[in-house]
Amino acid sequence: MNPTPVVELEGVRKVFDGGTVALDGVTLTVYEGEFFSLLGPSGCGKTTLLRILGGFEVPDAGTVRIAGVDVREVPPYRRPVNTVFQNYALFPHMTVFDNIAFGLRMRRRPPAEVRRKVGWAMELVQIEGLSARRPHELSGGQKQRVALARALVNEPRVLLLDEPLGALDLKLRKQLQIELMRLQMELGTTFVYVTHDQEEALVMSDRMAVMQNGRLEQVGLPEELYERPKTAFVARFLGRSNLIEAHAVAPDRAETPFGPLRVSGGLTPGRRYLLGIRPEKLRLAREPWNRANTVTARVKEIVYTGAENQYILEARGGELVAYTLNADISEPGYEEYDYGETVHVHLPPENLVVIDEPIGDEPRPPAP
Amino acid sequence: MPRLLKLHTYLVLAFLYLPIAVIVALSFNQSRFGVRWTGFTWQWYLRLFHHHRVAVYAENTLIVAVASTLIATVLGTLLALGLYRYSFRLKGAIRFLIYVPVVIPDIVMGVALLLFFAWVRVHTGWLRLSLTTIVLGHVTFQIAYVALVVRSRLAGLDPALEEAAQDLGAGSYATFRHVTLPLILPGVLAGALLAFTLSLDDFVITFFTAGPGSTTLPLYIFGSVKRGVTPEIHALSSILIAATTVGLVLGRALLRRR
Repeated sequence: MNPTPVVELEGVRKVFDGGTVALDGVTLTVYEGEFFSLLGPSGCGKTTLLRILGGFEVPDAGTVRIAGVDVREVPPYRRPVNTVFQNYALFPHMTVFDNIAFGLRMRRRPPAEVRRKVGWAMELVQIEGLSARRPHELSGGQKQRVALARALVNEPRVLLLDEPLGALDLKLRKQLQIELMRLQMELGTTFVYVTHDQEEALVMSDRMAVMQNGRLEQVGLPEELYERPKTAFVARFLGRSNLIEAHAVAPDRAETPFGPLRVSGGLTPGRRYLLGIRPEKLRLAREPWNRANTVTARVKEIVYTGAENQYILEARGGELVAYTLNADISEPGYEEYDYGETVHVHLPPENLVVIDEPIGDEPRPPAP
Repeated sequence: MPRLLKLHTYLVLAFLYLPIAVIVALSFNQSRFGVRWTGFTWQWYLRLFHHHRVAVYAENTLIVAVASTLIATVLGTLLALGLYRYSFRLKGAIRFLIYVPVVIPDIVMGVALLLFFAWVRVHTGWLRLSLTTIVLGHVTFQIAYVALVVRSRLAGLDPALEEAAQDLGAGSYATFRHVTLPLILPGVLAGALLAFTLSLDDFVITFFTAGPGSTTLPLYIFGSVKRGVTPEIHALSSILIAATTVGLVLGRALLRRR
């Protein structure tokens, strides 16, 4: 079965008064039933993209289709989407029930249907019994649930969520993440979820996009973006990464400040690349490895995070970051090292990601 | 030092409110002349209520206050909404111009209105000095007060609320009716009460824009005082003071509502 596109963006561009380019030619397709996240630092354009889908901003160029319809001329109140706003935006002068019923009443549904559906939505987000409360009498988590119910009760084709968990504390956030995923699976509604929290995006999404400066850096499965980042920005923004400048000398070999390194292939000799490797993929040992791709280093810093030991290692070519599991077994990979100790670091060629991106201040090629 | 400050505060309060207190006290004084207290009485109030011309003046005052407040509240609220929602050329100038009726001397305003009405009358035959011209005169300064009060309420309004309404299927009218208006209503009512009390006791602008047969209570008080102050006037003044105070207190209570 082919996935059906619900949201189709083509060459969407938005420039704000004052010349800030919020979106710089964004092309993206989101499919029916997907949990899709837009991830990026503040000011990257992710919220603008969401507002364009909601109809609160009009793109300067490009086309936006929702459920196959070009929505350029369609005002927010006629779009088959609903939004969960960043600070919930619950109507303070209405009860929880009236807040949730608002959308149905605007579409003139009969009172019996309104009651039934509001009841269904309240049960869905587990806020039965709160219907007579006012928003100011609710906790942050409860407000969040009301905002969700208020949007979902209209059965939108796409639910737009703008950092919905941003204002909540960590524990509540984790709990609501799981609930949102459950809801999304249960209802099969397409979610477009904006966040600046990389872990949230990795945990929740079916697919995700990383944005920077109004462009999509990379779109794909969470594990794709994490394991095979295409740009240095993605490698740095999603978790931590060791980025090594490299000069290709053969399709599978490059000169680096750490010495010659072997990769799985794909290099053009003579060109410069960045090689990325995740801290948890570095293999540490007290004895020399007797293999290629080995660097000798000294332990400079140790950060104990509970589940992991994080080492900052100083080698001849620069610093490397390595994480090892804190599993209390003395097998290779689980050993603990001391300050100043010499370790042998192996960088497995299959874990070295080739980032084919102009290095340094070279200008980027213009957008297609 | 704090003691001195406290004393100063009491002096200022006394300076502001003692004259008013004296008037109110004298309105209950039995003595017809002078300021010596001779005993408590309601008679000046009773006499006032049987004075049929005063009833006409009171009616005029109320007609002017109600009509001008209604007009100014609608126009002032629209002005505040326009300035809140849209950006356009001269917006800064208009925002500044709102303050002009507030700070300009009433007498200048009064003379200007009088000249304007005369000019219109000469050219069109409309706008004879009457209750209508008083209403128009009052509206000119009331709009500013209403707009300022409503604007301060709008400033605290989260724009996401209107977006949420639209997102849930409400068009512009439904958004205004169900979300914007209920949320700014305390500000609108407070502005209206302020406008009402300002109209109720306005003398200067009324004086210049009133015609024959359109005497209001403040005009009547001024006219009578020229012939000597009577306890009936004290009673009338006290009623006006009470009415404006109630208006202001209600307005403040409304503005404090969340």
